[in-house]
Amino acid sequence: MSGAQHSQVGLYAAVAARSFRRYSTYTAATLAGIFTNSVFGIILTFAYLALWEQNPTAGGYEVDQAVTFVWIGQALLMTIALWSGGSTDDLAERIRNGDIAVDLYRPVSVLGWYLAADLGRGLYHFATRGVAPTIVGAVLFGLVVPSPAGVVGFAISIVLAVVVSFSVRFLFAVSAFWILDATGPRVLLSVLATFFSGLTLPLNLFPEGLRQVALALPFASYIQTPADIWLGRHTGADMLAAIGLQILWAVVLLALCSLVLRAATRKVVVQGG
Amino acid sequence: MSLIEVKDLSREFTIRKRAGLLRRTSVVKRAVHDLTFEIDAGEMVGYIGPNGAGKSTTIKMLTGILVPSGGSAQVAGLEPSRRRRELARRIGVVFGQRTSLWWDLPLRDSFELLRRIYRIPDKTFRRNLEDHVAMLDLGDLLDTPVRQLSLGQRMRGDIAAALLHDPEILYLDEPTIGLDVVSKGRLREFLRALNHERRTTLMLTTHDLGDIEALCDRVIVIDDGTAVFDGPLPSLRTGGGASRTLVVDLVDEAAPIAVEGAEVVKVEGPRQWLAFPAGSSAAPLVSQVAAGYDVADLSIHEPDIEDVIRNLYGG
Repeated sequence: MSGAQHSQVGLYAAVAARSFRRYSTYTAATLAGIFTNSVFGIILTFAYLALWEQNPTAGGYEVDQAVTFVWIGQALLMTIALWSGGSTDDLAERIRNGDIAVDLYRPVSVLGWYLAADLGRGLYHFATRGVAPTIVGAVLFGLVVPSPAGVVGFAISIVLAVVVSFSVRFLFAVSAFWILDATGPRVLLSVLATFFSGLTLPLNLFPEGLRQVALALPFASYIQTPADIWLGRHTGADMLAAIGLQILWAVVLLALCSLVLRAATRKVVVQGG
Repeated sequence: MSLIEVKDLSREFTIRKRAGLLRRTSVVKRAVHDLTFEIDAGEMVGYIGPNGAGKSTTIKMLTGILVPSGGSAQVAGLEPSRRRRELARRIGVVFGQRTSLWWDLPLRDSFELLRRIYRIPDKTFRRNLEDHVAMLDLGDLLDTPVRQLSLGQRMRGDIAAALLHDPEILYLDEPTIGLDVVSKGRLREFLRALNHERRTTLMLTTHDLGDIEALCDRVIVIDDGTAVFDGPLPSLRTGGGASRTLVVDLVDEAAPIAVEGAEVVKVEGPRQWLAFPAGSSAAPLVSQVAAGYDVADLSIHEPDIEDVIRNLYGG
């Protein structure tokens, strides 16, 4: 690794660390979030228990796997910033108020910067709003514990989940360069992400045709894929394939982000906003 | 070669408007046109003009975040829009109404991130941090999150941030906007010292003529997208078509004083105001008045710089 590349890595690590620290100053918000995640986890667990009583192997999940799925969803909800709260919110705001000019003017990649910030944030949210509700779920209902390979796969998978979710959010945020009010697209994104990530129901419960489509979409990388790795539904080559699909989406979407950002920069720099 | 060279620089914007349900009309607005000037290393130049005159558009083109539609700009030998990243390492920019600091982080963390962004050598970074923190009185604020700083403190933080990488040129866009008198004074003092000790070239856009008078040897006045005056501050007073005023206190009330080269603009009891061109000497006028009238006291008022500039904009 050359010196220049090395200092770039150092920069992004520093950005991620600062982002982590920044979110850690909002203690009250974190505690309130942990409480909310736990309450929703409990409500959803009872709904799932009722559902699995009717059909004990719905979607191929045993009842204890289904309950674990609920708590993984609650743990990842904020880690991937499913609805909002990621560094992309800052980006959207800075595009709206014009501060983006300061970002563009710096000798550093805007995409890399916001990705690093989002990874730092994701790590904080995983360590707090991910871990704490999971402990609540484990104490109240008992959760499925993965194999060592499952733990490693899960860890890799949630990093990729954050990258994929970040890329999708980034694309929507950057749309603010062209669309003055991006509220509509953002609501649409929230609905799609809620439904197709597996947050409400595991995608394997969908009718076959829809199930296939849903599993191929990038939203499946958010919760469905990491959860299935945790639950041991993906092992060995199957796990590698699942992670491979996440990597494919991450690469494709980041490339798309880079293209769109270039077009946006061109619009600002050449057309003047 | 000058540090900043601007030749026939122009920038047009196309503004699209809705005209009916589907029809759209577009209007081309010339924000800057035929702008030419040069700035040498070590100068302190005031860049002034009314709102919408093209000041910010010029600065954006000089920093490379806006491509000119015509003419050319060279800064430190580089074409800004093509070499934006490279140029960014050699210039500093402070926008009075925006911040380059991170809102939720302590000031120290923003400086640390900038050190990495600009790859500032440790020695340079430590020296600049020490110097600027001391001179801008930021020592007690380094661990305060930026969102808790007052406007004046934040502005000082922003200026220190813009100088960490030893820029040759510092652009300041409205640096004293919203600051109180004491903060303004301190900031001006710092900028003067910076220019004096480090020979940093300063280009300053402002509406506050106090900034200009305190700092700038040279002024470029821009109106409607092009320069209407470029020269030293004193000649802005004389060349701007402004007049000086001779205030005469007579011993007794009298009819308006009749002398050559001046005219009475106001009479109040025994006091009379005589306007005469800013370019001419007051001496012959004073001797004429003293010879013809019974004078108790005399004083001369220089033209108010704001009046001069108002004159320029109007013309």
